[in-house]
Amino acid sequence: MASSGSRDNVPAGPFEPGAAGGAAAGVAPAASRAAGGGRGNGSFGSAADVSRRLENTGYLPDDRISAVVYLASRLEKPVLVEGPAGTGKTELAKSVAVATGSRLIRLQCYEGLDESKALYEWNYRKQLLRIQAERVAEASSAQAVEVSWSSIEEDIFSEEFLLERPLLSAIRAGEPTVLLVDEVDRVELETEALLLEVLSEYQVSIPEIGTVRASSIPMVFLTSNGTRELSEALKRRCLYLYLDYPSPDRERRIVTAKVPGISMELAEQVARIVQTLRGMDLKKHPSISETLDWARTLVVLGIGFVDEASTSATLNVLLKYRSDLDKAAKELGLE
Amino acid sequence: MLDVLTGFVEELRAAGLEISITEAADAGRAVHEIDMSDRDALEVALGSTLVKSHAHWKVFKTVFEIYFARRHGAQIGAERTGSLEDDIRRELAGPVPSHAMSAGEYEPLTGTDGAIEALGELSEAELSDAALRALEADDEELVRLVASYAVSRYGGMQPGRPVGGVYYLYRTLRALQVEALEARLMEGELSRTSPSAGAIERRLARDAVKGRIERLRQAIESEIRRRLVADRGAKALAKSVRRPLITDVDVMHATAEELEEMRRVVRPLSRKLAVRLAKRHRHTRKGPLDFRATVRRSLSTGGVPVQPSFRAAKPAKPEIVVLADISGSVATFARFTLQLVHSVASHLRGVRSFVFVDGIDEVTKLIEGHEDVSDAVRRISTEADVMWVDGHSDYGHAFTVFLERWGECVGPKTTLMVLGDARNNYHASQSWVLAELSRRARAVYWLDPEPRAYWGTGDSIVAEYGAWCDAVVECRNLRQLEDFVGKLSEKGKVA
Repeated sequence: MASSGSRDNVPAGPFEPGAAGGAAAGVAPAASRAAGGGRGNGSFGSAADVSRRLENTGYLPDDRISAVVYLASRLEKPVLVEGPAGTGKTELAKSVAVATGSRLIRLQCYEGLDESKALYEWNYRKQLLRIQAERVAEASSAQAVEVSWSSIEEDIFSEEFLLERPLLSAIRAGEPTVLLVDEVDRVELETEALLLEVLSEYQVSIPEIGTVRASSIPMVFLTSNGTRELSEALKRRCLYLYLDYPSPDRERRIVTAKVPGISMELAEQVARIVQTLRGMDLKKHPSISETLDWARTLVVLGIGFVDEASTSATLNVLLKYRSDLDKAAKELGLE
Repeated sequence: MLDVLTGFVEELRAAGLEISITEAADAGRAVHEIDMSDRDALEVALGSTLVKSHAHWKVFKTVFEIYFARRHGAQIGAERTGSLEDDIRRELAGPVPSHAMSAGEYEPLTGTDGAIEALGELSEAELSDAALRALEADDEELVRLVASYAVSRYGGMQPGRPVGGVYYLYRTLRALQVEALEARLMEGELSRTSPSAGAIERRLARDAVKGRIERLRQAIESEIRRRLVADRGAKALAKSVRRPLITDVDVMHATAEELEEMRRVVRPLSRKLAVRLAKRHRHTRKGPLDFRATVRRSLSTGGVPVQPSFRAAKPAKPEIVVLADISGSVATFARFTLQLVHSVASHLRGVRSFVFVDGIDEVTKLIEGHEDVSDAVRRISTEADVMWVDGHSDYGHAFTVFLERWGECVGPKTTLMVLGDARNNYHASQSWVLAELSRRARAVYWLDPEPRAYWGTGDSIVAEYGAWCDAVVECRNLRQLEDFVGKLSEKGKVA
C-alpha cells in the first residue's frame, strides 16, 4: 500500500527525540500535509465507488449514505450520523475503515469525558522518573554538570512523555485513519468544545509543545442518538447524515446477506412485516439488529413461512415493551 | 447556479432554518463535487451541508422541490421558458421507460406531439386503468407520467393565482377517484396472495397499497409544484407554501396533518426533556458548607481545614397540579401539555391533573393507568366528567368546584398550572378562588395558547386571573411549551 510510503516521507517533527526515534511521523509541520496527500490511498473515486467498496465489506449502503460518505471524503469534512438506535451508525464507520484499509480509532463518549481521556495526557510518572534519573546522574558523576531548569523542562515536556488519546492519535497517525466519535450526545455540551479544533482544523494544540497537525487527514464519523441537541458549533463543522430505518428492499438485502440459510421469500416477508411494525405508533420500533435477530430465530426454528402462530410466538424478539407487543398483536390481527 | 443556490439558502432561512455562512459555502463546494444533472445527488449534497437536524428535513424537502423541480432532460437551475402547455408537452415527451413501450401500453406517448393528444383521447376509465397499472407495477416513472397527465386534465390550474396548490391537489385526487383506485389495488393485491392468506398477509397488503397511493399523491403534489414554479417562479411560490417548523406552528390553528406531526414530535421532545432532567439530577452542585463535618475532617490534618465538606444538595422536585381547559377551542393544546408534563413525572415529586369545561374532574389515574400517555389523553374527553351545564367553558364554576373538592391538594410545595385561553363566555370569573389558591401554592402559572395580542379581547379575562398568577405565559407552540415545562420541572419556578 502506498500509505506506508507516504508515512516515511513525513519528516520527523521538530520535537522528535533523536534517541527514541521509534515513534515515526510525529509532529509534522504544516508543509508536509500537502506532501502527505490528503487521504491518500483510501479515498473514493465516486459515490458508486463508495457503494461498491462498502458492499464488499458486507455493509449495504443506500445511495444517500454513499453520497454523503463520498462528499465527506472529497470535502475533508467530518460526518455527523444521527438516527434511531440500531440503524448501523457505528457499523458505517467501521465498514468505511475496512473499505479504505484504514485504521479505526474509536472514541467512546460518556458523561464526564475530559481532555485527558479524549486528547492527550502527560505521563507524570515517567516525567518524575526522568527528573530523578537526572539527579542520580548528577550525584554519581564526579564533575557537577550544570543542568538548567529549562533544559529539564524542555525535556520532560517532549513527545516521549506524551500519552496519546484517541483524538491525538488519529491526528498523528501517519497511516490512513478513520476516527469514530461514538455517541457524542452523551458528553456535556461544554465537553463538545474539545472536539471542535480537531474537527475543523485537524489539529491539536498542546501548550507545551505547539500545534500538532494531521499529516494525513482522517475521515471522521460522529454518531448521535439524538438524546439532546448538539451545539451549533459542532453541527456547523460536519456534514449531516440521518440514518433512518432502511427501505424494505434494502432491509431484505441486509437480511439475506447477514442471515445464512434464509430463503428469499422469508427474507422478503420479514422485511415487509418489520416495515409494517415501524409504521405503527410504538414506543420503540424494531431496529435492523432486531430484524436480523428475528430472521435468525425463524431460521433456527425452521420456519419457512411466517404465519400468525409463528409471529405471535416470536414477536418478542422484535418488540421489547409489553404495550408494544399488545398493540402490534392487535394490529396484525394475531388475537 | 450560484444565484439559485443563494436564493435557495435565503428561502430556507426564511422558513426558520439557521444556516451559517460556512454552511452555505460548504453547500457551494459540495455542489461542485457531484454530477449536477443528478437530482438525487444534488439533494444529498445540499441536504447534508445545509440541514443539520432531521426535524428540518421536511422543510428542506419542500423548498428543494420548488427550487429544483424535476424535469426531463432540462438542466436543473435553468430558467424556465414557454407556456404551461409547452411544459406539459415537454414533460410527456420525456423518455418513456423501455419496458412500458414493449408492453405496448404507452406507445402513443413516444411521439413528441402525439403524446398529449393520445392521452387526450383517454377516457376517465382508461386513465384510471393506466394509474392502476402504474401503481401495480410500482414504477416511479410511470406513476409520475400519470400524475402529470391527471394534473393537466383535472387540476384546473389557472396561471397567475397566488396559491400554494393544495386546492389543485385535492381537486385532482377527487377526480382520479383515489379511494376507488385504492380499493381496486387492494383487490388485486389480495387476489395474488394465496387464498389461505392470514391476517398478517392482509395487513401487509394493505400497508403496501397505502404506500403506493401515498406515492401517487406525492407525485401529483410535486407535479403541481413544478407547474406552479413554472408559472410564478420559485421565489414567489416558496413564499406562498412556506410553513413554519412544526415546533413553531400555532397549536390552536394547526391543520389535522400538522397535529398528527406534532403528536409524533411530542414523544421525542419529552424523551429529550427527561434525559436533560435526569442528567441535571446527577450533576447538581454541592449544597451549603457542612461546618460540623469540615471541623471533624480537619482533625486528621491537625485542625487545618484542608478539605471542606459540603452537604448534599436537595434537588428541587416540584409538585405540579395541572388544571386544563379541554373545551373545543383549546383541547389539543391541553393534550400536548398533559402529555409533556406526565412524561417527566418521574422527575417531579408528583403530578395531578384536572380537566374542565364547565365541570371539573381529576384525570391523574386515567393518564397514569395507561402505558401510552397519548392514548390516555385521547380518552379523557370521553371518560372524564367535565360537563356541567352547556359544555361551554366556565372557568369560574370549574375553579370553585376544584377548591371545594380538591382544594387541600394545593400546598406550599405545589406549583399550579392553569391551561386555557380564559375565554369565560361571560360567566362570573370567581377570581377570588384563584387568589385563594395562589395564597396556598408555591407558584401559579397561567399558560395561554392564544397570541398575546388577543389577550383581553372579547370574553377573554386573562388579565383578571393573571393578577393572581406569578406569571401568565404565552404558549402557542411546542417550542414555547417545551421551554416552559423544562424550566418548571428543573426549578419549580419560571423566571
